[in-house]
Amino acid sequence: MFATKRLQKELHNIQKPLPPGISIASTPDFSNWKMDIQVLDNNPLYADKIYRLNFKFSQAYPIEAPEVTFIKEDGRDIPMHPHIYSNGVICLDLLGSNWSPVQNVESVCMSIQSMLTSNTKNERPPGDDAFVRSGYRSPRNINFVYDDNTV
Amino acid sequence: MSEMSDDDFLSGGSEEDFNDESMDSDFEEEDGTQYLDDKDDRPQKKAYEVDYSVLSEEQIEKAQSDMIDEVHIILDLTPENAAMLLRHFKWNKERLIEQYMDSSQRVLEYAGIDLSGSNKLEVKKVPGFMCDICCEDDDDLETIALRCNHRYCTNCYQQYLFYKIREEGEAIMIQCLNHKCKVLVDPSTIERLCTPEILHRYHELLNRTYVQDKQNLRWCPAPNCENVIDCGVTPNQLQEIVPTVMCSCGHHFCFGCGSNDHQPCPCGLVRKWLKKCEDDSETANWISANTKECPKCQSTIEKNGGCNHMTCRKCKHEFCWVCMGPWNEHGTSWYNCNRYEEKSGVDARDIQAKSRASLERYLHYYNRYANHEQSGKLDKDLYIKTEKKMTMLQSASGMSWIEVQYLDAASKVLQQCRQTLKWTYAFAFYLQRNHLTTIFEDNQKDLEMAVEGLSELFEKPTDQLANIKVEMMDKTAYVSNRRVILLDTTAKGLQDGTWEFTVEF
Repeated sequence: MFATKRLQKELHNIQKPLPPGISIASTPDFSNWKMDIQVLDNNPLYADKIYRLNFKFSQAYPIEAPEVTFIKEDGRDIPMHPHIYSNGVICLDLLGSNWSPVQNVESVCMSIQSMLTSNTKNERPPGDDAFVRSGYRSPRNINFVYDDNTV
Repeated sequence: MSEMSDDDFLSGGSEEDFNDESMDSDFEEEDGTQYLDDKDDRPQKKAYEVDYSVLSEEQIEKAQSDMIDEVHIILDLTPENAAMLLRHFKWNKERLIEQYMDSSQRVLEYAGIDLSGSNKLEVKKVPGFMCDICCEDDDDLETIALRCNHRYCTNCYQQYLFYKIREEGEAIMIQCLNHKCKVLVDPSTIERLCTPEILHRYHELLNRTYVQDKQNLRWCPAPNCENVIDCGVTPNQLQEIVPTVMCSCGHHFCFGCGSNDHQPCPCGLVRKWLKKCEDDSETANWISANTKECPKCQSTIEKNGGCNHMTCRKCKHEFCWVCMGPWNEHGTSWYNCNRYEEKSGVDARDIQAKSRASLERYLHYYNRYANHEQSGKLDKDLYIKTEKKMTMLQSASGMSWIEVQYLDAASKVLQQCRQTLKWTYAFAFYLQRNHLTTIFEDNQKDLEMAVEGLSELFEKPTDQLANIKVEMMDKTAYVSNRRVILLDTTAKGLQDGTWEFTVEF
């Protein structure tokens, strides 16, 4: 009930025009939303590509951060980025230790969008293979070290 | 630590970190000498005993409030602010007072505390307000803001505190809900907003951080025990002393590392020993002691019989097992390698002999260690067995319950001695061969024999037990005395640094 009320409101808000490059893919219920994002400038890494974000909300949302990952769906790919693993897990402090209940779906999308925009490295995080093989799906179980503020 | 599972507790495994940065390292030497000289009140104190006290949860709380009272008077702060500062400074009173005197403004800011008094919490109803978190906008919505003026509804605050305290186990670093706002939610706000159940947890967490922050405190690791041990032994002293303490719940453990009593072996050696027993370095050792590699394809070969003419299954290379040289160089002297002096052969044999000797040495100590460990694991059974024996003896001999207590005493001493003996083997494994080691091993042997003697008496059928009561009581006293002697001499050696070890720890 706590999460639902807030998500109803957020859903209402994002029916209005969203910031450029961000759109709703589907919002079937109040536990799982999908959003599409694209990078607007002509960064060659991401030009003309649309990526899909999967939001999972727990009952404690927004006190607890949502689980946000990139997913492969409808021909969407996982973007190349030194903080995004090839299974779609995103290493972003905002979604972990720095989460604040004031954040919302829209602000998270914008943060991830800008994370892509400013990136110039065509690479995966170090240890990507081992990480993906270890089968972690839930970012909540991972203690990322947010050590790199350059990208 | 109080939440340790039963298994962890019994296996005695501990991953405690000794290398915690010591806050008051300046005082260590003073502490050390003080504790060594401080035996006037207990003239009987042995070298292996340390001074400690057992504190209950109430005493821990009292210690905190005493320190808070002191600081709030010295620094002229409210008790609440004094408490927040002390927690922020990990209860290092001296450092806090010094820095506060230096620049109170900086200290307060650093700790996220505001003195202006504007942090007096007000529950307000603000017309037209919408809570950014839950999106409620009723006109009679109760709202709260800390001094940073980030206003949210009371309900969201409660949910947030519930989540932080319950799920994250956070108590002292709960910040305002706003993104990147560093203002701390003060204890009185928490007291006011949380349910009694959550508050109980909150106080538990506060106590827990207190014990973690203070170097001289450690929780008793026994399941469901909530006592704290206060002991002055610092991590730097652990090479010279094995600070074994007994909680009022009856659990014996090492204050230095939290694992089960491991006298006389120092914590550092215990860690090394356990690691050695756990990892498969000894498997590797066995392989190198008992196998050779084919000189051509390097396949590992174990020779389990037959002559010295080897033909590798894999690459069909023919060689001599004794000298490892190719077989065709052996000419006609089949079955009798006469190329013994060849250098490569000598080297290979040397290495093998060395690793075999080292394996044998390890196994010697390990087998004895494991034997006592196994006996220790039967602890629970033994207790039940003893009780049964005592009841049987009572009905067979007509002795009273009090009169059969000597069996219980014997069983307890046996357990204790096995625990000690177990660790003497780990200790001895790391000792250099010298005359002190010989004396140690003599003491060890005496204890071992005394324990076996007592154990034998203990296992006698019930009808004989009554007749050997005196003998058994004598033996019990003797065994217990042998243990004291062994521990005392070992502990003295550690303090004086007279032991020579084969490793650094």
